[in-house]
Amino acid sequence: MPKRTDIQSVLVIGSGPIVIGQAAEFDYSGTQACRVLKAEGLSVVLVNSNPATIMTDPEIADATYVEPITPEFVEKIIAKERPDALLPTLGGQTALNTAISLHGNGVLEKYGVELIGANVEAINKGEDRDLFKEVVEEVRKKTGHGESARSYICHSMDDVMKGVEELGGYPVVVRPSFTMGGAGSGFAHDEEELRRIAGQGLTLSPTTEVLLEESILGWKEYELELMRDKNDNVVVVCSIENFDPMGVHTGDSITVAPAMTLTDREYQVLRDVGIAIIREVGVDTGGCNIQFAVNPEDGRVIVIEMNPRVSRSSALASKATGFPIAKIAAKLAVGYTLDEIPNDITQETPASFEPTLDYVVVKAPRFAFEKFPSADSTLTTTMKSVGEAMAIGRNFTEAFQKALRSLERKGSQFTFVGEPGDKDALLREAVRPTDGRINAVMQAIRAGATPQEVFDATKIDPWFVDQLFLIKEIADEIAGARELTSDLLTEAKRHGFSDQQIAEISGLGEDVVRQVRHALGVRPVYKTVDTCAAEFAARTPYFYSSYDEENEVAPREKPAVIILGSGPNRIGQGIEFDYSCVHASFALSDAGYETVMVNCNPETVSTDYDTSDRLYFEPLTLEDVLEIVHAEQQAGPVAGVVVQLGGQTPLGLSQALKDNGVPIVGTSPEAIHAAEDRGAFGRVLAEAGLPAPKHGTATTFGEAKAIADEIGYPVLVRPSYVLGGRGMEIVYDETRLEAYIAESTEISPSRPVLVDRFLDDAIEIDVDALYDGEELYLGGVMEHIEEAGIHSGDSACALPPITLGGFDIKRLRTSTEGIAKGVGVRGLINIQFALAGDILYVLEANPRASRTVPFTSKATAVPLAKAAARISLGATIAELRAEGLLPANGDGGTLPLDAPISVKEAVMPWSRFRDIHGRGVDTVLGPEMRSTGEVMGIDSVFGTAYAKSQAGAYGPLPTKGRAFISVANRDKRSMIFPARELVAHGFELLATSGTAEVLKRNGINATVVRKQSEGTGPNGEKTIVQLIHDGEVDLIVNTPYGTGGRLDGYDIRTAAVARSVPCLTTVQALAAAVQGIDALTHGDVGVRSLQEHAEFLTAARD
Amino acid sequence: MTTSTRGAHRTPAVLVLEDGRTFRGRAYGAVGATFGEAVFSTGMTGYQETLTDPSYHRQVVVMTAPHVGNTGINDEDMESKKIWVSGYVVRDPARVPSNWRSTRSLDEELAAQGVVGISGIDTRALTRHLRERGAMRVGIFSGNALPDEGTMLAEVRQAPEMSGADLSAEVATTEAYVVPAIGEKKFTVAAVDLGIKGMTPHRMAERGIEVHVLPATAGVEDVYAVNPDGVFFSNGPGDPATADHPVALMRAVLERGTPLFGICFGNQILGRALGFGTFKLKYGHRGINQPVQDRTTGKVEVTAHNHGFAVDAPLDRVSDTPFGRAEVSHVCLNDNVVEGLQLLDRPAFSVQYHPEAAAGPHDAAYLFDRFVNLMEGQRA
Repeated sequence: MPKRTDIQSVLVIGSGPIVIGQAAEFDYSGTQACRVLKAEGLSVVLVNSNPATIMTDPEIADATYVEPITPEFVEKIIAKERPDALLPTLGGQTALNTAISLHGNGVLEKYGVELIGANVEAINKGEDRDLFKEVVEEVRKKTGHGESARSYICHSMDDVMKGVEELGGYPVVVRPSFTMGGAGSGFAHDEEELRRIAGQGLTLSPTTEVLLEESILGWKEYELELMRDKNDNVVVVCSIENFDPMGVHTGDSITVAPAMTLTDREYQVLRDVGIAIIREVGVDTGGCNIQFAVNPEDGRVIVIEMNPRVSRSSALASKATGFPIAKIAAKLAVGYTLDEIPNDITQETPASFEPTLDYVVVKAPRFAFEKFPSADSTLTTTMKSVGEAMAIGRNFTEAFQKALRSLERKGSQFTFVGEPGDKDALLREAVRPTDGRINAVMQAIRAGATPQEVFDATKIDPWFVDQLFLIKEIADEIAGARELTSDLLTEAKRHGFSDQQIAEISGLGEDVVRQVRHALGVRPVYKTVDTCAAEFAARTPYFYSSYDEENEVAPREKPAVIILGSGPNRIGQGIEFDYSCVHASFALSDAGYETVMVNCNPETVSTDYDTSDRLYFEPLTLEDVLEIVHAEQQAGPVAGVVVQLGGQTPLGLSQALKDNGVPIVGTSPEAIHAAEDRGAFGRVLAEAGLPAPKHGTATTFGEAKAIADEIGYPVLVRPSYVLGGRGMEIVYDETRLEAYIAESTEISPSRPVLVDRFLDDAIEIDVDALYDGEELYLGGVMEHIEEAGIHSGDSACALPPITLGGFDIKRLRTSTEGIAKGVGVRGLINIQFALAGDILYVLEANPRASRTVPFTSKATAVPLAKAAARISLGATIAELRAEGLLPANGDGGTLPLDAPISVKEAVMPWSRFRDIHGRGVDTVLGPEMRSTGEVMGIDSVFGTAYAKSQAGAYGPLPTKGRAFISVANRDKRSMIFPARELVAHGFELLATSGTAEVLKRNGINATVVRKQSEGTGPNGEKTIVQLIHDGEVDLIVNTPYGTGGRLDGYDIRTAAVARSVPCLTTVQALAAAVQGIDALTHGDVGVRSLQEHAEFLTAARD
Repeated sequence: MTTSTRGAHRTPAVLVLEDGRTFRGRAYGAVGATFGEAVFSTGMTGYQETLTDPSYHRQVVVMTAPHVGNTGINDEDMESKKIWVSGYVVRDPARVPSNWRSTRSLDEELAAQGVVGISGIDTRALTRHLRERGAMRVGIFSGNALPDEGTMLAEVRQAPEMSGADLSAEVATTEAYVVPAIGEKKFTVAAVDLGIKGMTPHRMAERGIEVHVLPATAGVEDVYAVNPDGVFFSNGPGDPATADHPVALMRAVLERGTPLFGICFGNQILGRALGFGTFKLKYGHRGINQPVQDRTTGKVEVTAHNHGFAVDAPLDRVSDTPFGRAEVSHVCLNDNVVEGLQLLDRPAFSVQYHPEAAAGPHDAAYLFDRFVNLMEGQRA
C-alpha cells in the first residue's frame, strides 16, 4: 500500500545546537528526511535553532523556522502553520522530548496534529526504564532470551541507598531517566560517589528518576539498528560491536561493524530479541537502536536500552552499510512499506532486506580533554567525545588504522619506535579507559605483554587483542627488513599502515616511502559500499580504499572538483565547515562539474552518498588525499581540489598537495601562508596601512617578558598555527607569563609563542567576505556581545551589528578589501577586528570559510559558501550577481535598516565534565574556544533576537524572580543600569556584600546573601551556592574577578550549571539579557520563517 | 590464550576459474588441490553451519565476509557430521578464535577434514566476476610446487559440472534414524534425506514431531512403514532435473494426500512433481539476508538461502496440475525467483529457502507451524 493521502504537511523538529551526545548526525538524518518528504509532495515545516545545518537551508523545507526548540515556540509554529502531522524521531532526544511535551500539554490535540513515526506510548515504553524492563520481560517470555540487568528505580536519595542494598552492594551503575547521551550517568564504587552521581542524576532527569543497576563492566557490548514498517516487516540494518567492553559509553567507544565475534546462533538471539523488542515497544514505523551486553563467559544477554528514533548509531550504521535509515524512516512514516521502497544503491532490489558487508567499518571517537584540563579523562557511561571518525577497510586492521589516523591528532596513530616503557605500568594504565588507552595497550604489547595480560587488564575481546598483535608483528617485520620490498609494503598496507608509520619505523622520510611504494606499484584500489557484498551491481559511487586487487572507480568525462571535508568534529572545527563543503558540492554540481567529496566523518551531510557525485570515505591525510587525486586523475580530468571550505584540516594540506603537483583551486597555498604567518601578515597590514595590536613572537620566557614589558599587560599569549584558540590565554602579570611559558611544551623556534597586546574593553567584530581578485563582497559584519578576549567561537554576536554606524562599516569594508587583496584571496576570507577607543585593530585573518559562514548566510539570505566555491573555480562576483547567486545590488554591509537582527549564541558543554573529585569544571569564558555548537535567534529587534538565542541555547530567560549579582570591580560601573532595569522588571536582587553596597549607593536595593566562603549563617541563612542548589535563584550574573578570587565564583557557576540556572559571566551579556527580558515582557514574541525573512530582505534590497 | 605466529600459512595457493581468471593467495586449511563449482555466500555469520550444510557438496564456497573463523568451531553448530564444501575461499582467516563455546580453530578443522582452501585473495573481485559471468568450475591448488597455469586450467576444465549432477545419494544417510520429539509426541513425520541439515528435524522435534529420517533411496513403502502424519523432503545438492526417484516418490505421496512439506531441493522436487520445469540460476542465492514475500499474507521475511537452481512456475496465476490447483506462495523480492509453492486442493507446500535457518534469521520458522497445521487439519 503506498503513501498516505490524508497528510499534506509535516512538521519536522531538528535537534538544536551541537552538544556532546547530539551532534551533526541529526542534521544528516533531518536533511534526508526533509528531502524525502518534500519529494513525496508534502509541505515540510521545519524548526531547528541551529543555523549551521544543511536542514535549515531554505530550499530543504517549505517553511524553515530557526527558532528555539521549546514547547512554547513550537506551539507558536504549529498555530501558524497548522501541519497535519509531526515527525519527532529525527531530531534526537530534543525533538522527542519536545513532542512528548506538546502531547502532554494538549497542543497536538488542540491543533489536530498527528504524531507520526512513533506514538507516545512507544516512546514512553522505550525511554522509561520501568516500562522498558517490562518490555524486556515480555520479550523473554516470547523468545526465551534477553533480560534486564538487575536494577532498582529511585526517585529520592533514600531510594538510592535502599537500592544499593537490594542489588548487593557496589559497584553500581547510575542512569538518570530521559537524558540524552547518557548525561549524568556513571559508576559508583562507594557511597560518596553514589550520592554525588545519583544526586546529580535526580536533578538532571526531567522526571527526577534514576536507575541503579548491577555492574556488567567488562562484558561484550553490541548494538543493532532495526527498522519496522506498518505491515510489521522488520529488518536489522546493521550490527555494531564495541571494541571497548561495557563501561564506556558507546559514543566514546571504538566500535566495529559488522559484529566480529559472534557465532550465528548468538547473533540470531540478539536479532530475535531486537525484533521482539521493537514489536513489544510498538514502534509502528521507523528505526530504533537497541544495545546489548553479552557475558563473554556464558553468553548471557542483557538488553541495556533502546532508542525509538534515529540516533548517532543509526547515522553510523547508514554510512557503514549504505542503507539510509533516516530516509527510509521518513518514507515509512508517510505510509510506505519496506518492500515498496527501492534500495538506492542497487536500484533494482527493495529496502526490505538486511545489508551484508564485505568490508569492516571502524569508528573512533575524538575527545577534547585538552580544552578542559581539570576534567577527569576517565571514560564512563556519560559520553564525553565531541566527534568521531569512521574508516572502511577490507579487514579490521586496515579499517582500524585508517580510523586512528583519521582522528588527525598527534599520537592517534600507533607508534612503534622508541622505548615503549614498563610493561606492568602500561598494563596498569590500560585498565582505566581513557582517550588513548589503545596506545597504552599497543605499547604494553611492545613491552612484552601477553595476549592474556592484555585481556585481563582491558577485557578487550581476545580476537581484537590478536589483531593488535598482528599489527605489532607487521611493524616488527618492517623494522627487521633490510629494504622495503613490494611484498612487505603490500602486507603492511593491507593492515592499514600509513606511509608515515612505515617511514617512522624504517627511519626514512614519508615522501621516500611513498616514492618507493609508487615505484613498486603498490597503490590502493577503491571498492564500493553497496549494501549487498557485490551480489548486485551498485549504481552509487560510494568508495573506500583498500590494498586489494580490483579497482571499481569508473571512468568519467566531466571535469571533477575534489572537495576536502573537515574530518571529525572537534571544538573549533565542527558542522559549520561541513555545511560549507556541502554547499560547494551543490554549487559546483549545478555549474557542471562532477563533484568528489572526501571526508571521514560519519555524522555529516557531506558523507551522505546523495550529496556529491562521488564520495570517498577516507582519512584526510596527505597520503590518502594524494591517492584519491591519483585515482580520479586516472578516471578523467580533474579541475582542482578545494581546500578552503573544510577548516584547518584541508587548509593544512594545501601546500603539500601543491608541492606534489595537485592543482589547488581558490586561494593559493602561498596566500594562505601570507595570512597565517605572523611576519608575512604583518607586511600585508603595513602595506594596507592597517593597525594590529602591538605584538611579538617569543621562544623563551626572557623574550616573552621583554615583549610584554614593552607593550604592557595584560597580554594575549598563544601558540602559532592553532584553531579554536587552543592554548590561548590572557596573562595579567609576569608570574603567570612565566608559568604559561613553562607549561607550553610545544614551543620551538619553528613554533614560537605569539604575544599580543590585549585590548581591554574593545568591541570585537567578525567579518565574512568574498573576494575574486577585483571585487569585494562583504558577506556580513558581526558584532560580538562579549568583549574582545573571549574567543569569537564562544561569544554571542549580532548581525547586522547593533552599535556600529555607517562610518565603521565603511572602515571595515576598506580594511577587509585591503587584506583580501594583499593576501591574495580567491573565495572566502574571515577577519576579526577589535574596535578599541576609535582605532580599528586587525586581530587575525583566515583565508578560508569560517565558522560563521552558515550563520552569515542565513542571516543575510545569501549562500556565501556556494559563491566561494564558484569563485574558486574562476567565476567573478559580477557574474554571480548576474546569475542571481549573489544579490544584484549591495551586500552584507548594506543591509536595509529594517533588516531582521540575528543573534548567534554559543553552547557550552560544561555539564558533561567533572574533575577527578567529581566537581564541575569552571564555566568562565576565555580566549580558548570551548563551545560545541551554536544557535541563532532571529527577529526584528535585538532584544527579542537575543532572548530567542538564549532560549535556544540554554532555556528561556526568566522574566521574574530572583537575580543574583556578583561582579568584579572593573565591571561594577557597567552593572548599575542593567541592574536597575532588572528591578524595574520586578526582579528581586540578591548580591554579595561588596556588590550590594555599590548598588545601594546607586539607589538600588539588593538583599545581601552569604558567600560560600562565609558558610551557613548563625540563623541558618543559606549561602548563595546553597540557594542556587535549592532552586531559589532564577538568574545569575557572575563575572570572574581577574586572576584572583576565582574560587567563590567557581562554586557559584558550577552550581548554576548543575541546576541549569541561566548564568551570565560578562556584563555585556547582562545588558543584552536585560534587553531580551524587556522584549519578552512586552507583548507576544512571534515566529517567522527564514523564507519570510528572506522575502522581506530581498524586497527591501531592490 | 595463544597467538599464532606470523609466517605460518605462507604456503602459496592459486585459485583458477574455468574461464581462465586466476587469483593468487595463501593456503588455508589443507594443502593440495580441489575442484568444484565456485559459488559465493554473503552471510556474515554462520560459517560453521555453511561448511557442514550437505547442499554445498562439490561446491567451492567464496565467503564475501572478509573475516572468517573468528569464533572457531564448536560441537553444537554442526549441521551434519562433516564439512561438505569441496573448497573454501576467504580473505582474512582468524589467527585466534574467540568464543566461549569454541573448542578448536576453523583452520585446524579444515585441515583435519582435508578441505583445501585459499586465503588472502580479493574475494570481492572474485564475487563480482561470478556475478557477471555466473557460477562456474574452479580449482584451488596449494603447496610449494604448483603446476603451471595451463595445467591447472586444464584440470579445472576436466572437473564435472553441476548441471546434470545427481548428488543426493552421495550426501544422504544410508540408514534410517529417528529424531525423537521434544516433549510430548504429537506427530510422526517421514523425512526423505536428500542432504538434510541437522536443524531441520530439530525444528520439527521442537513442535512435538517424531522425525524418521529416511535415506534418499527410500521408496513409498519405506515412507508409509513409519505411519507418517506428514512427509518431508529435505534440501540437498545437485541438479533437480536428475532427481527422478524423489520426484516419483513425491508423486506417490501427493496421490495419497498425506500432508507434505519440502525445503530447497524439496521445493524443486515438488515443482517437478507438479509438472513445472527447473533451471539453473546465473549465480544462485546464497546468503542469510534475502527478502522473500509470503504472497498469502503480503509480509516480507528475511531468509536464509542456498540454491543454485529454481522452479519455473508462473507468478501471475494459479496453475492446474495433476494434483489440482497450485500457486507460487513465496517470491524473492530481489529477482522474482519462485521461493515457494503450494497446492490449493491438497495439503502440500514447499519453500526454496531455509526456514530452519542455520545459519540465518528465524523469520520463516512459522512454516514448520504451517506443516503442523496441515497435519492437524488432516486428522480432524
